[in-house]
Amino acid sequence: MKRATAWSFCLLFAGSTCLAVDEAADERYRNLLYELRCLVCQNQSLADSDAELAGDLRRRVQDLIDQGMSDEEIIAHLQARYGDFILYRPPLAWRTAALWAGPFVLLALTAWLLLRRIRRGHARASGSLSDVERKRLKDVLKRGSD
Amino acid sequence: MIRGWLAVAVFAGLVAMLAFGLTRDPSRVSSPLIGLPVPAFQAERLASADEHFDSTALRGEWSLLNVWASWCTTCLEEHELLMRLSQQLALYGINHRDTRDEARNWLQVYGNPYRASAFDEHGEVGIELGVYKVPETFLLDPDGVIRYKHVGALDEEAYQEQILARIREGRP
Amino acid sequence: MIPELGHFALVLACVLAGLQAFLPGWGTQRGNPTWMRSASSLALGQGLLVLLAYLALTWAFIEHDFSVRYVANNSNTELPLAYRISGVWGGHEGSLLLWSLVLSGWTVAVVALSRRLPMLFRARVLAVLGFVSLGFLAFMLATSNPFDRLIPAAMQGRDLNPLLQDPGLVIHPPMLYMGYVGFAVAFAFAIAALWGGQLHAAWARWTRPWVTAAWMFLTLGIGLGSWWAYHELGWGGWWFWDPVENASFMPWLVGTALIHSLAVTEKRNTFKRWTVLLALLAFSLSLLGTFLVRSGVLVSVHAFANDPARGVYILGFLALVVGGGLILYAIRAHRIESPGHFELLSRETLLLFNNVFLLIAAFAILLGTLYPLIVDVLGLPSMSVGPPYFNLVFLPLMLPLLFLAAVGPVSRWKKTRARELLRRLQVPLVLALAIGTAVPWAAFGSTSALVLAGTMLGVWCISGPLVALWRQFSRMRRGTSAGYSLRHLPRHMVGMTCAHAGLGVIALGIAFTTAFSMERELVMNEGDSVAFAEHEFVFRGVQEVDGPNYRAQQGHLSVYRDGEPIVDLHPEKRTYLVQSSPMTEAAIYSTVWRDVYAALGVVQPGGGWGVRLYVKPFIQWLWGGALLMAFGGLLALSDRRYRYRRKRRRT
Repeated sequence: MKRATAWSFCLLFAGSTCLAVDEAADERYRNLLYELRCLVCQNQSLADSDAELAGDLRRRVQDLIDQGMSDEEIIAHLQARYGDFILYRPPLAWRTAALWAGPFVLLALTAWLLLRRIRRGHARASGSLSDVERKRLKDVLKRGSD
Repeated sequence: MIRGWLAVAVFAGLVAMLAFGLTRDPSRVSSPLIGLPVPAFQAERLASADEHFDSTALRGEWSLLNVWASWCTTCLEEHELLMRLSQQLALYGINHRDTRDEARNWLQVYGNPYRASAFDEHGEVGIELGVYKVPETFLLDPDGVIRYKHVGALDEEAYQEQILARIREGRP
Repeated sequence: MIPELGHFALVLACVLAGLQAFLPGWGTQRGNPTWMRSASSLALGQGLLVLLAYLALTWAFIEHDFSVRYVANNSNTELPLAYRISGVWGGHEGSLLLWSLVLSGWTVAVVALSRRLPMLFRARVLAVLGFVSLGFLAFMLATSNPFDRLIPAAMQGRDLNPLLQDPGLVIHPPMLYMGYVGFAVAFAFAIAALWGGQLHAAWARWTRPWVTAAWMFLTLGIGLGSWWAYHELGWGGWWFWDPVENASFMPWLVGTALIHSLAVTEKRNTFKRWTVLLALLAFSLSLLGTFLVRSGVLVSVHAFANDPARGVYILGFLALVVGGGLILYAIRAHRIESPGHFELLSRETLLLFNNVFLLIAAFAILLGTLYPLIVDVLGLPSMSVGPPYFNLVFLPLMLPLLFLAAVGPVSRWKKTRARELLRRLQVPLVLALAIGTAVPWAAFGSTSALVLAGTMLGVWCISGPLVALWRQFSRMRRGTSAGYSLRHLPRHMVGMTCAHAGLGVIALGIAFTTAFSMERELVMNEGDSVAFAEHEFVFRGVQEVDGPNYRAQQGHLSVYRDGEPIVDLHPEKRTYLVQSSPMTEAAIYSTVWRDVYAALGVVQPGGGWGVRLYVKPFIQWLWGGALLMAFGGLLALSDRRYRYRRKRRRT
């Protein structure tokens, strides 16, 4: 696909100047910004936010990319300064175990319980007789043998 | 009906948690820097571009590192308290995203409580400290370790309960 | 004077709501028919009074009565009439009044349409609705009176939040509230059944249309909200997993589960306890949403200005209503028998799993929304749970659901054979495989797994239910003409087909738009052009334009496709005069296949304008699908079963 000159993505809305960067870095930069939360407006990513801090942080992310840091290193860099709060994607850790695993554990548990119950209900319905039926059957058999 | 009571119990837990949530400010972000040495940074001093402000020099005594700016209206709310504290504590400033002229002028008009201020024109130092809402105040122990961070205007109550209490505790 | 009348009407309505909450219920305990019957007239009286209050507030807005604090805070003499009328629900107090009005509306509808219900049951339903209404009216009067006077009166109002000055937002809140509040009816039906300690087969039939109606409105409301965010926020996004969005999405998911489990309860007289629990849950989540949005426990872009007293009140009310409902359930549910057995492979099982996936999805959203709070309670460092989490967790729960959406309709009750299912699903399977691989590859040159899965399941989900409908049609055709059978297809079945197809359409939209959207953000000077995603954009400059209550800088971009001009876009950067907040008004050219979207940034220090451009394929399919789903709900509502009963009653 044809692409026009790639421009640094963010700085425009904060009113700063723009640098031409290569395409892959541009893509990385953009994806990173969507994963990071602005601490000022708090409900926008760094990519969307107009706050000054967001502008500073975008510049920092750009600098770190230019320095050749990997995505993980950049995220660790920001996490060391602003904590987990800046990460829209909660890190995998003990404190987030319930968050990440909770829905799936619950899913497995309910699925297992339900399947077991359906099987049992089915067995009871098709295979066994109720107490009344059993008693009647007994009576019938008894009379037959008399 | 175990299932029913289970639902009631889960719901009660939820309500208790939400009630607790009402007492908290959700926009307040805890700092990961607490308990760690203050990040090493060097910056120009506000007073003069030739002199340097070195964070690693902030040791030997308890000190406060206050992030401020001339455009910050909340900073005025805590200014009087800072002026008073400067008599008792080593107080350093970080002038955040400001211009030299305006910042110096501001100190002249309202008084300068700082032993020295770092000039953080582009917010680089701010990022190192995880600053997101000016003013912020850091408490450093004699080893240069960050013990506490206050976000927003410092008041007498926070000073007494958070800062002074920690200093007293820390002293042998 | 008129605001005082409104206030007085509200006080009277509150008194009537109190009577409605206690008299009929007491009557059912004492066997007093007069007290039981009083419910209807009390509900009607209350409805009229709330309407009167609502009209009084609207009048204050229209007439610019800035001596009313709420009006002064949310209106302005320059505000256009349409936004003055919709401004009534632009803030906390007024939107609460809308809440109450909608609840009264539903209550009056229950009074009017449920005459055939047994007196005892009806009295209990209306008592529960009265109690809910009492809670909200008392809340309004105690903490959030929209008629509070401002003395001295303001000379000028502070204007409506510019974000809310958008046609999408004129209809979005009423629709959303119709949905939210509509679940109160199902809640009341469930409580009434538990109260009486019995739930007969007819209960599901009585409850079903109410749930379908509420669900239909909620679907429209959420769709409109997403459409508004896409237009107004200027970031090109359509869903942000914001706590407020989640607050409306959770009841929707549970409401959808409820619709399906009600179908089982009506047809097969089973899943009864589960259905009752879902009915309680759907409305509980509506209330929880109200709490989350209005209490300030979470950070959100759309939340109302907060006041801790309000949070305490809503939480107390929530605890009372939901806690009471759940305790009643715990005590009484065992009395409800759920007979009916089914095999492992049967429509019952499939619907059960539909419920499981929907509920786990709702749970995941609740968990993600509240997790930052949980972490705070435990004293752990602050954290965020954002779109990456929700997307990652939501997707694996939705894919099986899409799969089931085609299998369920072709399956049989009680017992269905795998071979039979496979035979009926041959056509959808072939279509899904063919279209699912061919289209993404041919149109976009892509074979990414996610797009493939999304397209296949989308096609699958549209064609599966159509096959079921076709089978029904063929069966009916044997005796009659094609036209006759077409007209007399069971409406609930056509409705279901529409709703499932709508889901498929949404899946296609999401798959294509997330995978193939292109965006550019750049500085443009007059005469500059940029080409990407087969479009060329030429920047023609910026001019000043004046709106009724704002000033705007309006950009002008000519868009070409294959060298042919297709449209001129005029994105605006507006500054509303009173609140002086800058607003980005995106310009969007929509077609069935793609949107071309332009937003204007700010002037750059070095000259030129910041411009954001997007080409978003298939994005309109999202809202098209939502509309189709809601239309399916409407069709199901018009099913003969509901009409027939009423007609027979009349003769």
